[in-house]
Amino acid sequence: MNKPVNQKAWWLILPVFLCVAFSAVLPLMTVVNYSVQDIISPERRVFVGTEWFSAVMRDQDLHEALWRQLVFSFSVLLVEIPLGVMLALSMPATGWKASATLVIVALSLLIPWNVVGTIWQIFGRADIGLLGAGLRKLGFDYSYTGNAAHAWVTVLIMDVWHWTPLVALLGYAGLRSIPDAYYQAAQIDGASKLAVFRYIQLPKMRGVLMIAVLLRFMDSFMIYTEPFVLTGGGPGNATTFLSQYLTQKAVGQFDLGPAAAFSLIYFLIILLLCFILYNWMQAVGTADKSEGVHA
Amino acid sequence: MIRKRSVFLAAYIVFALLPIYWMVNMSFKTNAEILSSFSVFPQHFTWENYRTIFTDVSWYSGYINSLIYVAINTVIAITVALPAAYAFSRYSFLGDKHVFFWLLTNRMTPPAVFLLPFFQLYSTLGIMDTHLGVALAHLVFNVPLAVWILEGFMSGIPREIDETAYIDGYTFPRFFLTIFLPLIKAGVGVTAFFCFMFSWVELLLARTLTSVNAKPIVATMTRTVSAAGMDWATLAAAGVLTIVPGAIVIWFVRHYIAKGFAMGRV
Repeated sequence: MNKPVNQKAWWLILPVFLCVAFSAVLPLMTVVNYSVQDIISPERRVFVGTEWFSAVMRDQDLHEALWRQLVFSFSVLLVEIPLGVMLALSMPATGWKASATLVIVALSLLIPWNVVGTIWQIFGRADIGLLGAGLRKLGFDYSYTGNAAHAWVTVLIMDVWHWTPLVALLGYAGLRSIPDAYYQAAQIDGASKLAVFRYIQLPKMRGVLMIAVLLRFMDSFMIYTEPFVLTGGGPGNATTFLSQYLTQKAVGQFDLGPAAAFSLIYFLIILLLCFILYNWMQAVGTADKSEGVHA
Repeated sequence: MIRKRSVFLAAYIVFALLPIYWMVNMSFKTNAEILSSFSVFPQHFTWENYRTIFTDVSWYSGYINSLIYVAINTVIAITVALPAAYAFSRYSFLGDKHVFFWLLTNRMTPPAVFLLPFFQLYSTLGIMDTHLGVALAHLVFNVPLAVWILEGFMSGIPREIDETAYIDGYTFPRFFLTIFLPLIKAGVGVTAFFCFMFSWVELLLARTLTSVNAKPIVATMTRTVSAAGMDWATLAAAGVLTIVPGAIVIWFVRHYIAKGFAMGRV
């Protein structure tokens, strides 16, 4: 399955390249520029080299926020990916039921993020919200404003509610692109449901699932609006994730230099983790394929 | 097995709809009722919150502005991403893997980082507070996404189809539009929906790059926090209305998502 070499393919990439260069590379360069200067006022700037970077690297609060962030992002992946795949598998394939489930499942994605936070803020309140009041009825002493663990779990459940549909929709579209002939062949071979999933559905979904994993990982790594609105980062620091810490620095203290250095380090961390995830998933996929050839 | 799946699906749908139900519920209540007591149905049913939105220009123009820039953004993103995704899925060329991954890295920058640079760049070019401006800014995260999703779908199409078409004397544009595009309808449908969705809900960039003429609904909503406290009821009504356009979009692309791969066509 080697693709033919064709350097002219660059012409097909060019429009994308120009778009992204305009709206991403130019701004990124500006940030790099800030990160090596001390901006005292718009007219007075001093070159400080890597000073901000080393200051940020030694920041104890940053380490804690990073650790919380990692735990949160991997929890998001562990819950949302299997749940999304199961949902994609159980959604009907044809008829009005398929249309109705598609629309219902997609609804939560369409709510602006600040509204998501606001709705859950009321939804989770023990006195006036359905979730909070329901849990109280069941005997849980639930309070997302007072208990750090409750706040953390609430943010996680909110994220699962909000974003699992993304995984499900991608998986669903991937499943629908499997020709019927594959299933018929599996039926003739007498393959079990599990075997059909493992050897037909999962490999065919691999491409879209990889996108889903990477998207969920990087987006949850940058989660800001929802926890900010819901808990404001508290109680204590329990739900202060990286981007909120960054915004506190950049906006709250208006320190452009350190904030720019912080964002570059932040960016590099996401980049590194995504790179590892991507290559790991590629390797698993390739191993799968060669195993299929030998079998 | 079938029954187990329907039970799971039903359970998920309940979970998905409960917070949305609560939002709808809130949108028919008054602020006093929302904050004073717990009730599963509105006790003093009111349309007042919706009336506010539909009669106040500053509210409903937000929806119109959002729709305009989201539409521009989705069209540009898919148009530029289609040929690029084809190139990535069919050919190997200098730096292909690096460029492919680099594209996605543009989604990894926290948007807050871009605020100030964008502001300066757009002021210089004179496209602040225009629909085109926001649409271009949102390309940062939508173009890479579109390329990635489309590439995934295109790679699922056997290359023999391309080769047969070229042997039959199809030119590239004709092959692409009449044979290839219909095959990846599902992918285009999903991509269009995701571009729409990500651009529709994005707040930070849209708010920073607009002031009056192109002010999006997500920015208008932040107005509900005022000195008099939070206007929960209007916010809930506005939230319900923000779902509507997206639900219409998914209703239109649902066939493309559900139909999938039409083997018999070639």
